[in-house]
This record gives sequence, structure tokens and C-alpha cells, in this order.
Amino acid sequence: MIGNFAYAGIWVLVAIGFVVITFFFARLIRPQRPNPTKSRNYECGEFPLSDSHLQYNVKYYLFALIFVIFDVEVVFLFPWAAVFRALGLFAFIEMLVFLAILIFGLIYAWKKKALQWV
Amino acid sequence: MGLAVFYILAAVILVSALFVVTLRNIFHSALMLIVCFFGVAGLYASLNADFLAAVQVLIYVGAVTILIIFAVMVTHQLSGKKIRQYNDQPVPAGLIIISLFLLFVVSLSKTGFEVVKSISSSPTVEGIGKALMTSYVLPFEVVSIVLLVALIGAIVIARKD
Amino acid sequence: MFELGGIFEAIGKWLNGFLPPVWVTIISAVITGLAVLGFLSLLALFLVWWERKISAHMQQRYGPMRTGWHGVLQTIADGVKLLQKEDLMPKDADRIVYFWAPIICFGAAFMAYLVVPFGKGIIVQDLNIGILYIIAITTFTVVSLLMAGWASNNKWALLGGMRSAAQIISYEVPLSLAIVGAVMLAQTLSMNGIVSAQAGGFWHWYVFREPLGFLVYYIAATAEANRTPFDIPEAEQELVAGFNIEYSGMKFAMFFLAEFVNMFTVSAIAVTLFFGGWQPLFSFLGFIPSWVWFMGKSLVSVFVLMWFRWTYPRIRVDQLMNFAWKFLLPLAFLNIILVGFGIVVFK
Repeated sequence: MIGNFAYAGIWVLVAIGFVVITFFFARLIRPQRPNPTKSRNYECGEFPLSDSHLQYNVKYYLFALIFVIFDVEVVFLFPWAAVFRALGLFAFIEMLVFLAILIFGLIYAWKKKALQWV
Repeated sequence: MGLAVFYILAAVILVSALFVVTLRNIFHSALMLIVCFFGVAGLYASLNADFLAAVQVLIYVGAVTILIIFAVMVTHQLSGKKIRQYNDQPVPAGLIIISLFLLFVVSLSKTGFEVVKSISSSPTVEGIGKALMTSYVLPFEVVSIVLLVALIGAIVIARKD
Repeated sequence: MFELGGIFEAIGKWLNGFLPPVWVTIISAVITGLAVLGFLSLLALFLVWWERKISAHMQQRYGPMRTGWHGVLQTIADGVKLLQKEDLMPKDADRIVYFWAPIICFGAAFMAYLVVPFGKGIIVQDLNIGILYIIAITTFTVVSLLMAGWASNNKWALLGGMRSAAQIISYEVPLSLAIVGAVMLAQTLSMNGIVSAQAGGFWHWYVFREPLGFLVYYIAATAEANRTPFDIPEAEQELVAGFNIEYSGMKFAMFFLAEFVNMFTVSAIAVTLFFGGWQPLFSFLGFIPSWVWFMGKSLVSVFVLMWFRWTYPRIRVDQLMNFAWKFLLPLAFLNIILVGFGIVVFK
């Protein structure tokens, strides 16, 4: 059978259906009188000057990279946390080693000012 | 019913993967990649690999594609809507792809896949945790070193000063 | 007595009588989905009104007073107004992405309720990976904000989307680490399991076992829900309205709805992980239905979030990132190590 996640799969469709049906009802009763001024980009009343897809600072990318690394680490923490009490001290020391290596990485990033925004 | 779900998910994965490589707008490609990853997560979920499904969504949708979208945003030439995907070296790329494809076909046809009659519905997280803490301690600690290397590498490359 | 858990079981049994199991699964999933949608819509109607009243009273105003008793019908009037608003789209917007962004934003907020334990036996599905499922599925919020920002083809929208994505991913790490602390104590990822592990009076609640974890969770969750002092995505004064600047009508309403649903979600998770979920304060108070306890605790938490919003000024974007990486993240690590020591020493 399809298992425990059948509900999740059906709920995806329910969520999409709910929003789309709401949009459809709104479409039935709302006015629709487009004109060029209305459909212009909002830039505080001025005409938009340049392309809106600006180039962003590389900071964003660096933070996303650090995030990916710590996110992967968190994923390893969850199964450990679920069995930690049964396995006792040895598992705790293993995880301390794991954490220590990554905390070293955090300190390295800190010292290299990679965590500095701007 | 399980088979129907598999075919639907497989179709979603294949079609979205096809869009990833053919769409002309790189942001749309990234979004299609999300659909593809979500389809794979659905496949895991349908096999009761619940932890793996959640990790697939958490890491690939929540982290890797965000990283890719950020990469698109910080790259000047790619962020504009009118810039297209292109490849300057179609011949070497094609050769590599064809040889890789042949390799996959050969290795897949030679692998004897074990067919499991019924999917176990027991929780997987505890099993994974026990295995990581007992049989696979060394790979587990190596993972943290790999993550550390990735972190340092990222910082060294991204910060030129 | 007054427990709602039995109703759903009864409906399931009744359906099983004459339908094949596949259809029972589909129908009960749709019914529970619609029930949760109805609940969330009513809840959002109430929360919007409540926030307006609270903010008004904190600023020595009255807030909405004209529509119904103390303005209780104000949100309904606003909803009807939004329904009639013209749906504008910038002419060079990315039509498909623009259309899907609010759907994904609301869908991500809604999907979390699959595993929220509203009361004893009132949980749609008690997945084994419960809390991890919520963390995973709500990451789609980031995707939807980036989609909205990019598709609007507007500098402010994209800037708001990018900043909020950076903010949410930064606070997600301490948030998840704080949740790991609760999982260590409960030895399970299932939401019902975490609630039952805290049974037997308020001194068993995890907020008293790991106050540090709760603190980290609550601050990070405030940022995840984009609430002031972490409301960079909206930042009216600098980004005009952030990622949803070009949205109007029902599409805007979906973002708005998702924001209030998310606020309740983080409160519900806080209650489940740290305040015993639907468990009563003392066991002799068990005659009060469990869903009343859950709703009461969650609404108190929502009130605190609103209190934050109308008390603190917004944090600047660089302060915000520093706070996440240089303060909350080390604290979250410290919390895990402390909880681990505690468990090893005291068993």
C-alpha cells in the first residue's frame, strides 16, 4: 500500500484545490478593468528605471552555503537524539566529537569574518 | 494502488527533470528542480522511508535549491530574464553524456535487484540512529570532517581578501 | 467527556462499513483537510482581529469598534473587500511563477497541521518523524517568498524576498538545534510521543528541563514566522511591503493568511515541545478537555508574539544575521551539550 504518507499526498492536492477555487470565486465577482498605468511596476510612483533583477552581494551565497552545511549536520543529529538515551555515554562522546569539529568550523568562519553581513 | 502512485511520481520526476535541462529561463529550471526533488521525496515516502523523505525535502528543497537560486541572483548575467542557457561545447559534452549513459545502462542491466514483496512499516529513525552510533561510527565522524572541509573551502573561495 | 477525538474515529468506522479501504483513506484525508482548512480560516479571522485590538490597546487606542461588538466582524468585512479587489499583475511579471507563489506559501503553512496534536487523539496523522516533517515541509515558505519576489519583477519585491530568505535560513539552524534538545529528552520524533513524555503535571514540561532550548526556539521561531522584531520581509518603511508588494486581492490575502497560520504553527510547536501540548497543568485538572488546554496555551503564546511585535523596534539586517549566527547558534550548541550531560548524569 501507499503507506503513512497517503494523507500528506492528498493534502497537497487539497491545499492547491482550496487556493485555486478561492481564486476562481474571486475572479467571478471582482472587477477587471486593466489599464497600462495600473499594470506598471510599483516604484513609489516613479517610472521604473532599470531591470529589476539586480545583482546581489555574494554574501547571500556564502550564508546559504554555511546554512547547507549546518543543515546537513542537523539532519545527523535527529536520529542520534532519538536513540541517545538508550545508547548512553558512548553515543554522547561520539556526538561531542562530531559537534566539536563543526563548532571549530563555526569559529573558523567567525574569525575569517565570513559571518559578517555587509 | 501503490503501483499507480509510483507511476504518477515517476512521471512527475521525469517530466520535471526534463524541464530542468530544457527550460530557457534558469530560475524556472531551479523551480522545476524543486518539483523533481519533491517527487523523489514522494517516492521515498511511498516506500515508508519516512526519515529519508523528510531529509530529501529538508536538504534538497530547503537548502540546496535555495543555494542554487541565490547563486542565480548573485550572478550578474544570469539573473536577467532574457539571458538564456547555452553550452559552448556541445560535442565534448555530448560524448561524455553518451558514454556515461552507456555506463549506466551496462551497470544497471548487470545489477541483480532484489524485489521485496512487502514494505516494512516500522519506524526508521531509531534504526538509522543505532546504526550510525554503533556499526558506522567512523563514517559518521568522517561526515563531520567532510562538512568542515566544505565549510572552509566555501569560505576560502568566496572570500578573496 | 467533551473530547473530540472519538468523532473522527466514528466517521472512519462508518465509512469503512461500505467502502473499499483506498477510498476511505482518500475521503477521510479530504474531510480532515477541509476541517483543518475551516479551522485555520476561522482562526485567522480571529487572530487578525485580536492583533488589531491588542496593538490598539497597547497604543491606547480602541482599534476597530464599528463592525459588530468591539469590531469582531471587522476581519470578515476586510475579507469580503479583498475578495472584490481587482487582481493586478505587473505587465512584465512572470505569470506562472506569480500565480503559484501564494499557493505554495499557503500550502506550506497548511501542510504542517498534518501532525499537530490538537488534543488527546485529535491529530490527523501521528507520523513517526512528526517534528522533522514540520521542519521539512515549512521550508517551502522560503521557496514561495523567493518566487513571489522574483516573479513580481520589482526591485523591492526581490530585495524583500532575498532578505527574508536569508533571514529564514539563518534562523532555521538554531531552531532545528533547539528542537533536537526536546527530541533528546523525549526519545522520539512523533508529536504525540513528545506530548505524552511530558505527562503528569507542569514540572515535567520540557521548558523546565531545558529553558535555554526554549529561549533559542522561541526567538528563532519569531524570526521564522517573520514577526517583528524580525520582520525584514515586510519592513514597510524601507522595502514598502517586501515580497508581496505587487500582489493584490485574493493572492495578497493568501500571503496574509499564511502569515497568521504560521504564527499559530510556531506557537503550537512551542506548546507541544516545551509546554506539554494538550496535557493539563495539574493532573487533577484533567476534566477540562485536552483541546481546550492546547488552544489556551497556544493562544497565550500567540499573544506573546503579538506583544513582541508591538513592543520592540525592528532589527537592522546586519544585526539580525549577527544575532542568528554569533549568538543563537552557539547558544543552541550549548543547549544540546547541556541536555546531553544532564541525561548522561541523571539518566
